Amino acid sequence: MKIKIKGAIILLLTVFLIVGFSSVTKEEKKSEFKVAWSIYAGWNPWAYAKESGILDKWAAKYDIDIKLVKMDYIPSIEAYTSKEVDACVMTNMDALTIPVASGIPSTAIILGDFSNGNDAILVRNNLKINGLKGKKVSLVEYSVSHYLLSRALDKNGMKDSDVRVINVSDSDIAPAYVANDEQEAVVTWNPLVMEIMKTPGISKIFDSSQIPGEILDLMMINKNVLDKNPELALALNGAWFEVMSIMSTRGAKADNALVQMAKAGGSSLNEYKAQLKTTAMFYKAGDAVNYMSGDEIKSNMKRVRNFCFKYKLLGDRVNTPDDIGIQFPDGSVLGNQSNILFYFDSSYMMENAR
Amino acid sequence: MFFDINAKPGKSISIFLGILLFGLAVMLYGSASHSRHADNPQDKLVPTPTQMWKSFSNAIFRPVIEQEFNDDGELIPNDEPKNLREAFKVGKHWEMLRNGEWQLLEDTLASGYRVLIAMLFIFAGVLLGLYMGMFPYLDKLLYRFILFFDKIPALAVLPILFIVFGLDETAKISLIVIGVAPTIILDTYLRVKDVPKENITKGMTLKASTQEIIYKIVFPQVFPKVLDTLRLNFKAVILFLIAGEALAAEAGLGYRIFVVRRYMDMATIIPYVIWISVLAFSIDFFLRRWIKKKFIWIKK
Repeated sequence: MKIKIKGAIILLLTVFLIVGFSSVTKEEKKSEFKVAWSIYAGWNPWAYAKESGILDKWAAKYDIDIKLVKMDYIPSIEAYTSKEVDACVMTNMDALTIPVASGIPSTAIILGDFSNGNDAILVRNNLKINGLKGKKVSLVEYSVSHYLLSRALDKNGMKDSDVRVINVSDSDIAPAYVANDEQEAVVTWNPLVMEIMKTPGISKIFDSSQIPGEILDLMMINKNVLDKNPELALALNGAWFEVMSIMSTRGAKADNALVQMAKAGGSSLNEYKAQLKTTAMFYKAGDAVNYMSGDEIKSNMKRVRNFCFKYKLLGDRVNTPDDIGIQFPDGSVLGNQSNILFYFDSSYMMENAR
Repeated sequence: MFFDINAKPGKSISIFLGILLFGLAVMLYGSASHSRHADNPQDKLVPTPTQMWKSFSNAIFRPVIEQEFNDDGELIPNDEPKNLREAFKVGKHWEMLRNGEWQLLEDTLASGYRVLIAMLFIFAGVLLGLYMGMFPYLDKLLYRFILFFDKIPALAVLPILFIVFGLDETAKISLIVIGVAPTIILDTYLRVKDVPKENITKGMTLKASTQEIIYKIVFPQVFPKVLDTLRLNFKAVILFLIAGEALAAEAGLGYRIFVVRRYMDMATIIPYVIWISVLAFSIDFFLRRWIKKKFIWIKK
């Protein structure tokens, strides 16, 4: 009896240890990839790429299989950070605070667009930015909205501590603001901004068009996966810019594509077109390459990085903003050269710039 | 031996078995954490005990250091003390303590305030249940309504609450009350109904007034059992507290968990969860001791 129990315990322990150790995943050459996306004006084209077969065509060209997975925004980034998906679309700031801060080296292989009014500060009672002093502002703390608020305050000579930030969960921020007259200020993104603006008495006092290029929407790919499997980047770029050229050429095909994209994002065609107006899409690969290789992106990333550091979002091992390195296409590095975790790589986009 | 219903486990094996599952869980966690960190030293999903302790001690107290970075991200050096030890040497420790961030304390106080106010309302619910049990007209008026109300899943109603009451304390406290009070009211009601009719008759025979019957005969018999129900429902109180804070808050234990959840800071979340459990366990423990002491005549 005693030996049986002892044996059972040892077996259990062994099983547990094996289970524990089997969570190590090593990147290697493979042919099946998962790419996550979430609903957003600049990312809905991925749904069209999938439905129209364009993505499969490009995947077949490079002899790989790409599975496009639709998720909610934050869960998609979490899936990317826990290596359940190989690539994911996200903003530059979220790329810094979630995967990069968790030590996942990530490369931006597609610069899809930047927010050009998609993120905004809305107020009641015609408050001005200076009037926000001492007031409560509802937003999703430590998100792009928080960054936007910080920039707005900065541009008006105010400090972040001049306002009181109330963290509200993503899904409830719009209905709660609309229903409560006492809430004076909210910072959020589209399509919620458009929804809220339908209510009378609410005005927009600042939006991302006043800080163009600071909120970038990127396709991030795990660098270790990319190094072993560059075909993934080539296929994704090929598919993306084919869709981009369809979108930007006037005609029935473009309209049809837009209808599908709107449906994928859960909005009407007109709503989607309105969202696109406040999204500065890089329809031409050449434009995206130029922007990524320019100087503006460097100073913008510096601002974003400093914001993230200030709020301790870069991880607990980071003691100065320079501890994490961000590399740009020309090879220059912002920060620690021996700890580069964020890469901008325009070479794959360049393939499509011809 | 294991499945012998007449078994009498010895002292040492009892202790061993009691610790075994905890030990296995900790070992499993430790090995998972170790392997993930071997793969990626900056992993945040399964933090090491050191990371968790560092995060927790930062939450308890973090000195606010004036750090200015110029645009290039380079630290502009100043000779202000950087941590408590340096401050102590320079004699500036009281100042540092006063100006520092006491995050855990702030969060606990914010959440504690909400729970306290909610408990006051819930206690009022106990009184309501008491009256419902004693006054048949009140019974007829309220019983079915509260019974139905109890079945409404409060979490589904949560967004509506925030829309109606705003994002302030009112909504969060009312969520806790709406979630827990109906159960308490019903439980008190049933306990009151359980009090043997003879006791009340005895009281009436001895010319007790209604108030005296309620507060001197029924209530003392009912109260310890109601306290037990309150203890068991404390889990629900915490659940609603965290749900409410997750939706909209400036400070609080649930708030902190959800804000850092966004960027998967498990090193903060796990200690906070353990802290909440410790707090709940202590409150439960003291309540149990108090019930035992004060109501020693109840034989359990």
